Amino acid sequence: MVDATPNTLIRWVPLLPLIGAVVHGVLLALVRKPLNRALTIALSCGTVIAAFVISLLLVNDLTMLAADARVMTDSLYASSWIGTANFSADAAFLLDPLSAVMILVVTGVGSLIHIYSIGYMDDDHRDDRGFARFFCYMNLFTFSMLMLVLGDNLLLMFLGWEGVGVCSYLLIGFWYSDKWNAYCGSKAFIVNRIGDFGFLLGLFLLFWSLADVGHSAIAFRDIQAAFPAIAEQTVTLPQWLSFLPGFPEWKLATLIGLCFFVGAAGKSAQMPLYVWLPDAMAGPTPVSALIHAATMVTAGVYMVSRMSFVYAAAPGASAFIAWTGAITALFAATIAIAQTDIKKVLAYSTVSQLGFMFLAAGCGAFGAAMFHVVTHAFFKALLFLAAGSVILAMHHEQDTDKMGGLRKLLPITHKVFMFGVLAIAGFPFMAGFFSKDEILLAAKLSHVPGHEALYAIALGTAGITAFYMARLYFRTFLGESRASAQVRSHIHEPANTVTYPLIVLALLSIFGGFIGPAAALNPVKGLLGISDENSNSFANFLAPVLANAHHEVDHWTEQQLALVSVAVAGIGALLALWMYVLKPGVPVAIRKSLGVVHTLVVNKYYVVELYDRVLVRPLVAISDRVLYRFIDAGLIDGVLVNGSAATVRGITNGLLKYAQSGFAQSYLGWMALGGAALVVYLATRAA
Amino acid sequence: MIPITHAVALSGILFLLGVLGALTRRNLIAILMSIELMLNAVNLALVAFSRQWGNHSGQLFVLMVIVVAAAEVAVGLGIVLSLFRNRESVNVDDASLLKW
Repeated sequence: MVDATPNTLIRWVPLLPLIGAVVHGVLLALVRKPLNRALTIALSCGTVIAAFVISLLLVNDLTMLAADARVMTDSLYASSWIGTANFSADAAFLLDPLSAVMILVVTGVGSLIHIYSIGYMDDDHRDDRGFARFFCYMNLFTFSMLMLVLGDNLLLMFLGWEGVGVCSYLLIGFWYSDKWNAYCGSKAFIVNRIGDFGFLLGLFLLFWSLADVGHSAIAFRDIQAAFPAIAEQTVTLPQWLSFLPGFPEWKLATLIGLCFFVGAAGKSAQMPLYVWLPDAMAGPTPVSALIHAATMVTAGVYMVSRMSFVYAAAPGASAFIAWTGAITALFAATIAIAQTDIKKVLAYSTVSQLGFMFLAAGCGAFGAAMFHVVTHAFFKALLFLAAGSVILAMHHEQDTDKMGGLRKLLPITHKVFMFGVLAIAGFPFMAGFFSKDEILLAAKLSHVPGHEALYAIALGTAGITAFYMARLYFRTFLGESRASAQVRSHIHEPANTVTYPLIVLALLSIFGGFIGPAAALNPVKGLLGISDENSNSFANFLAPVLANAHHEVDHWTEQQLALVSVAVAGIGALLALWMYVLKPGVPVAIRKSLGVVHTLVVNKYYVVELYDRVLVRPLVAISDRVLYRFIDAGLIDGVLVNGSAATVRGITNGLLKYAQSGFAQSYLGWMALGGAALVVYLATRAA
Repeated sequence: MIPITHAVALSGILFLLGVLGALTRRNLIAILMSIELMLNAVNLALVAFSRQWGNHSGQLFVLMVIVVAAAEVAVGLGIVLSLFRNRESVNVDDASLLKW
């Protein structure tokens, strides 16, 4: 284990947003006098931007170190945060290449979205309380997310993990006076808690297994150093699990990895726990961009990458992750085809792209997964914010059925949205192109069972992605306007605080891929004189902390694969062009001919309804009939409380109640008598 | 040195005074004061025993009792205040609604 370089600057990255949140919180909840808008903006945006600047400085310091010694730590206390005889977790931060990438994304994209929120939330005609409350939650979220990625041990990470869940809940239900929003917030929180249970199980299992062999590690670096001791251990499954593959002996690492993945699947909206993310769109659009697209939902990918040494020892868990990711990607993409709500399309697209990331992680290409985390943060934040700009212009209309023809009316939004669509579709040399091709390549070359099928699914999903994103773009910006004349007359570009972040994110979506293009696909490699080894600087930067699987592949194969994926995406986009621009009658005809299939897709395969019937309603019924009516109202209230009272009344014929006189001093008198009696009893017994 | 019997006797007398006060006075503030008297009688006994046996736990208990007594006074006065706001009186017999 390399020695860590101490750096006390790290603590300020999470602490600054926390200060912003605490100041807002104290003023809102205790003083009950929120800051005015200018001060709110200065405090909230200022702290996040300052955190971004500090992150840049820190990452600069980090790159100055030798490639294999890029570890910085910052311990808040000399003693431990939580400690017993057997283990201790420090309140310490760990900055290595992996967390460096994440803090840059969180604070960088976070700053842009904070600035965007100024304009977006200003349009929300509420008092300053709502404005300050929004920025308070946003700062609290940024703090929690930074704790999640900077924590140097699993417990601190879990603190941030729960923190982002709470902030997500608070922000989805931000307009809580609408009951639906509050419901969506609760749903997100509860589904996330199911995943968190898996996270906790994994944490306990890992900790106890390590304790069994004499290590009491909880910090990531200690766990990684101690892990080889348990990497080859196996567990025997109980008989009733005999249907599982590999029964009866499983590797311990597989079990640990699967538990952690349940947590990741909850946070990152993978099957079967994805249902909360589309509903999370009930929150304000900047929230959808920051939390439910760019940062929080990628926490699962980050966690899996952080624990990559576990998955490297657990091929079974890796295969499960890869397949879950691929199926989620395809499933969500097909749902996105038929949605008309602009934010719903983007939400399902996020689920689908997260599936891509897990596919990469499951194939052992953690670097590719993290690369897609970064590029996805760029273009998905851009798409959501541009959608927010459209929604503002349309006076909070989100249905693309009522849009169309916005190209002329919203020229800036139109252009940036187009770049976002091109980036996600994988247009050559834009951000999504490099990361998606790395993932496809990883799926093609991996040793996961059925990797050819995984590659086919991923390729098909890439085509569907291009199709539904192009569809969304065409239906929103091209063609005839379907809005009412009254709405149309008021459409105009929103304020500069909204458009400037869009332009920055558009530039990042276009050029962001060049932080680490694969050598075979790098168009400027020869121009700048970069060697093949140095081309994928992003992967090289992350390589020391990730347990990446390595594959040798020649450039020509890689270029061929890229050509195929671009061609598939191109076909998807052209198909959308044909259906929605050139022959507008076609979609209706297809809808009619598909019949049942179309109904199924439009209604999202009835998964939510299925969960409602199978899980929610029985649970509510049991809670209501058994736990509430029978146990609480019947047994506890009826038999124990009222029953015992009725028994006493019956026996004494109701006379005993007069002891309850209502005069406090009569009770005191009885008490004094009792005390005196006790004293007399004790005194006589002693004598 | 004062013999321990003196201290314990004084403590007992103070405690009895407190009990009598709490039982006979109708003014809530006076009752609270009487309760304080009882607590301090106990404190005195604890300190006396603590010195007798050379064991510091007794003094530690006293500190604990003082803390609890302070909290109790805060809550007690709060109740008195709210009773006065509702009934314009601090007579304990005026608050006798909670009965059979």
